[in-house]
Amino acid sequence: MFSLERWQEVFETISKNKLRTFLTGVSVGSGIFILVVLLGVSEGFQNGVEKQFQGDAENIINIYPGSTSIAYEGFNKDRRIQFTNEDYALVNKETDQEIEFASPLYQIFAGLVSYGNESGSYRVEGILPDYQFLEKADIIEGRFININDVKAKEKYAIIGNRAKKDLFKDKSPIGEYIDVAGLNFKVIGVFTDPGGDREETRVYVPISTAQIVFGAGTDIRSMGYTLPKEENYDLALKQSNAFAAQIEQMLKSKLQIDPKDESALFISNNIVNTKEIYLLINAMKIFFWGVGIATLLAGIIGVSNIMLIIVKERTKEIGIRKALGAEPISIVGMILHESIFVTSVSGLFGLIFGLALLEIVGPYIELDFIRNPSVNFSIAVSTLVLLIAAGAIAGFFPAWRGARIKTIDALRDE
Amino acid sequence: MIEIKDLHKSYKMGKNSLHVLKGINFNVEEGELVAIMGSSGSGKSTLLNILGMLDEADQGSYTLDGVPIKNLNEKLAAQYRNKFLGFIFQSFNLINYKSAIDNVALPLFYQGMKRAKRMERSMAYLEKVGLADWATHKPNELSGGQKQRVAIARALASNPKVLLADELTGALDSKTSYEIMDLIQKINDEGRTVLIVTHEKDIAQMTKRIVNLKDGVIIEDKKITQVRAMQNV
Repeated sequence: MFSLERWQEVFETISKNKLRTFLTGVSVGSGIFILVVLLGVSEGFQNGVEKQFQGDAENIINIYPGSTSIAYEGFNKDRRIQFTNEDYALVNKETDQEIEFASPLYQIFAGLVSYGNESGSYRVEGILPDYQFLEKADIIEGRFININDVKAKEKYAIIGNRAKKDLFKDKSPIGEYIDVAGLNFKVIGVFTDPGGDREETRVYVPISTAQIVFGAGTDIRSMGYTLPKEENYDLALKQSNAFAAQIEQMLKSKLQIDPKDESALFISNNIVNTKEIYLLINAMKIFFWGVGIATLLAGIIGVSNIMLIIVKERTKEIGIRKALGAEPISIVGMILHESIFVTSVSGLFGLIFGLALLEIVGPYIELDFIRNPSVNFSIAVSTLVLLIAAGAIAGFFPAWRGARIKTIDALRDE
Repeated sequence: MIEIKDLHKSYKMGKNSLHVLKGINFNVEEGELVAIMGSSGSGKSTLLNILGMLDEADQGSYTLDGVPIKNLNEKLAAQYRNKFLGFIFQSFNLINYKSAIDNVALPLFYQGMKRAKRMERSMAYLEKVGLADWATHKPNELSGGQKQRVAIARALASNPKVLLADELTGALDSKTSYEIMDLIQKINDEGRTVLIVTHEKDIAQMTKRIVNLKDGVIIEDKKITQVRAMQNV
């Protein structure tokens, strides 16, 4: 394989059979090119869908209070349930699950917020620092609330990007004071949220401040939790369900709710909803891999076909070479050497063109469902290796058959 | 040089078996120029193929330069062909995408000779057949006679013990045929053993011995007075 003489012979053959070389190369190169682009689009599609569906942390568990529907322990039914800081503290203390992020929430749905002459009705939410992660909010200016702000009951506000645009236009709001329900709050940060405008019209303040400002005492409206990420969906779902069941039982017992009462507490387990997304993404992955493998297979079949034709076309030449003293192994070696060389070089070109296309055009693609198409380089390289190996195997059998043809028959071939 | 004893060969044609060679006994000494004659179906090509190790006999022995040619696998056959034999075919059998000199160099490539040496030697043989100026031309740029000269140069390149020529003038006109025969005679004059299969009487007369085959047996084997090809040109 590494004999210089063989390389010279192979180069000579390749360069003197340009059309044949070109056709083989195009077939392999375009196969790899299509595969790479396809894998890239698949990746982009996946990114796009994930982006579309995930406004909040995908594993968030929210608990909302409702009204009882069953009389229990001396209470009438239709009793409104109210959570307090105490209930939130109880869950955090008593649960045996490890909690990743947690925050209670006290919100006013239509809080009048104004700055100068601009004003709007925004949802004002009192929260803890972890809430940033529950909502997947990204700070684009300033900072989020920290635990000291909560302890000191600071009148600080973090405003959504939409609210910032409404109230401040292009001006930086950091350090400015906005009027929330008649009180001045200092803006310390601006956030974006993958939930889009709907979630970017919110104003976050420390929960301790909100409870005072809105006269809520220790009341909270709901609480949110996430659990640490698990390796797979099924395990995450199991842990999530166990956690939800445990806090339901815990709160029902503390708040004196009939364990069978189904309207007193509402637990929304987001991970249940994300199952569809997981399934969709998986289905897409399978689809694109299927198409990719089919393309690859077509490429391999194409290469085998070409190899078959090449060997057939060269039958007489093989006969001549054998008459002049070529051993069968050297015939097989020659054909394989050529085919592997041609497939490698053209496959590499296809790979480079495919990657270049994704790299250059990819960032300009701004469709809702396709974002940042790219391809894992090692996957691309391994498909190339696979194609070359397949080409070699596909080339081997015709080469072997060609070498086995009796010299005398090969010489008679026209 | 060549010793053949009681050589038999038959081909299976469906249910029937065609007995092509029915006990050939025949020796060739070094330096001989032999014509094997016979009508088509006489078995002369089969005999040449067996001599050329392109085909194997069913029965009998074949010794070439003291080496018994028996139970050859493809690999060994290829090595022996390269070492002992030079082929010249009716249809030239040049590789059409290779230049004349590259065609001549091919047997040397399979001997493992280095490129520079290969080219030097091939050039020398091309000169010998009078085609030094055509070294870089492809076969399709050469006339029939020139192609056969290239084929002869190629057959000589590996310095074989025996040249085997199958109807080497079959595709050529008379004048060119005689020129080719003249070249063959000169090669023979230098002491090289040459076997020619032909059905043309005038070509056979230019050898030194005629072996006549009919229905798979030798019916006549006689030494003749060689007609020099140059007299006819």
